[in-house]
Amino acid sequence: MNIVVAIKQVPDLVEELELNDSGTDLDREWLKFKVNEFDDHALEAALLIKDAHGANVTVIALDNGLDIDKALYAAAAKGADRVIKVTGDFEGYVSTHKAAKALAGVIGTLGADLVMTGVQAVDDRDGQLAVLLAHQLGVPHVTVVTDIQVNDTSATVHKEYGGGMIGEFTVDFPAVLGIQAAAETPRYVPVAKVRRAMKSTNIEEIGGDGSGASAGTEVTKMYKPETGQGAEMLSGSAEDVAAKIVEIIRSKGI
Amino acid sequence: MIYVIVEHINGKIEDITYEMLGKAKSMGGGVTAVLLGSGVEGLASQLGAADNVLLCQSPELTEFNPQANCKAAASVLAGKNDSIILVGNTSMGMEIGPGLSAVLGMPLISYVTDISDGSVTSSLYGGKMSVQSAVDGGYIASVMAGSFPAESGMLEGSPNVESVEAPDLSDVKVHFVKLIEPEGGDVDITQKEVLVSVGRGIQNEDNLEIVQELADKLNAALSCSRPIVDNKWLAKSRQVGKSGLKVKPKVYLAVGISGAPEHIEGMKDAECIIAINTDENAPIFDYAHYGTTEDLFDVVPAISEKL
Repeated sequence: MNIVVAIKQVPDLVEELELNDSGTDLDREWLKFKVNEFDDHALEAALLIKDAHGANVTVIALDNGLDIDKALYAAAAKGADRVIKVTGDFEGYVSTHKAAKALAGVIGTLGADLVMTGVQAVDDRDGQLAVLLAHQLGVPHVTVVTDIQVNDTSATVHKEYGGGMIGEFTVDFPAVLGIQAAAETPRYVPVAKVRRAMKSTNIEEIGGDGSGASAGTEVTKMYKPETGQGAEMLSGSAEDVAAKIVEIIRSKGI
Repeated sequence: MIYVIVEHINGKIEDITYEMLGKAKSMGGGVTAVLLGSGVEGLASQLGAADNVLLCQSPELTEFNPQANCKAAASVLAGKNDSIILVGNTSMGMEIGPGLSAVLGMPLISYVTDISDGSVTSSLYGGKMSVQSAVDGGYIASVMAGSFPAESGMLEGSPNVESVEAPDLSDVKVHFVKLIEPEGGDVDITQKEVLVSVGRGIQNEDNLEIVQELADKLNAALSCSRPIVDNKWLAKSRQVGKSGLKVKPKVYLAVGISGAPEHIEGMKDAECIIAINTDENAPIFDYAHYGTTEDLFDVVPAISEKL
């Protein structure tokens, strides 16, 4: 079977986020990016299917002018059979609607049985990719997926609801799944292996067209919510802070 | 007119629906609830905050179905592109919101925490940025649970119920199999007075020892955020948040938890929240009553020692 995994990079939230001059987007110049963690889970879920049943896994990403090559090489090092960079006008922030259209244009030619991507990303202002992609491709979708069992023509998946409740569904191929979590922690790949993959892997470049698709609304203002507004910050050494915390807990009658 | 997509599971209407109904009512201009299902006429009477209920029933809608519900919602709302449509930014809403946007060609705004005249606010980048989008005309807003009080949408009333014919759903390629109830854990974290809750900041499984020791001393239970469960360091029954449990302890000690919106949803109503996180910009400090940016590996053992 053929599995296509769509990945993208998002700002690393460990870093300080700064605004651009107009206050409508992040200042992207010094931002550190990393692969969306849920996309990592989607790739892992695909590789687990490959390990168990055999599958061709293709990883695809928009060429956003960032370090996407590194992410694609890392995917190859982990076990992806084919990596594709969709070239075109994708620099800076790309709306999910535009990404869905551009990716669908290429994915539609790959003969995928299953398309998998992360359930969400931290910058999905206009909705999450999986379902938009499914509609662009004209195939069914299930998102917030945590467990996948496949046979030749369909998959049985678990979809998470609130409170730990799960809905089990079967979905006929071809289909798009939005992955919340793979059954295993995404595999680690040593840097040396990524380096080897850089030498042996050919990143295919295919032109993509996202024109005409957009979020449909404009950002007028981006701002940091006032952090710490609610919290009284405890000062002093770790010992001092610990003493204060004990006092607070005791004051609650514990 | 503002349309609210009703969420229900196991015959019970979910709180997110009431949160959206309350918000929609406060915006004025009339509220219509869109109720999809089979044998769910009875639920309409629980939607008193709405002026109207559009009831669309079909055997294929008996249980929520990602594809069938999308198709039915799009059919019911066809031609209403100038309206505001509210869906939950929930497991169900994440199927329907983008689905409606794609089929109806309407703008979609997700992670919505507030709506005012002409502007919709989203919480992006793990709660580290708020973003305002200008709206003019119809749009779909995918609303974060907990953004509006559910009580405001739990009103008595007798909305007009109009039945709408379901579209042909025989070609749907997603099939419901069963609902799986959550497994009970060894501890019910919703019943504990004190929770010591641990997040990504704990770094590795071995380090759980220091939070477990603190939990033991406080006669508390250990709970956690999502990544800890995904790493299989703690059982799913210990997870607080959107896809885990909602908790309301007297004291919630958040250790190395940044406070992504999905986590906040599950714990923001705790009586006293104390957050330990080295990132001074962590959103958890917005919700905590007390906070410290001292290293958890220094503070947590120090607390244990003093107890």
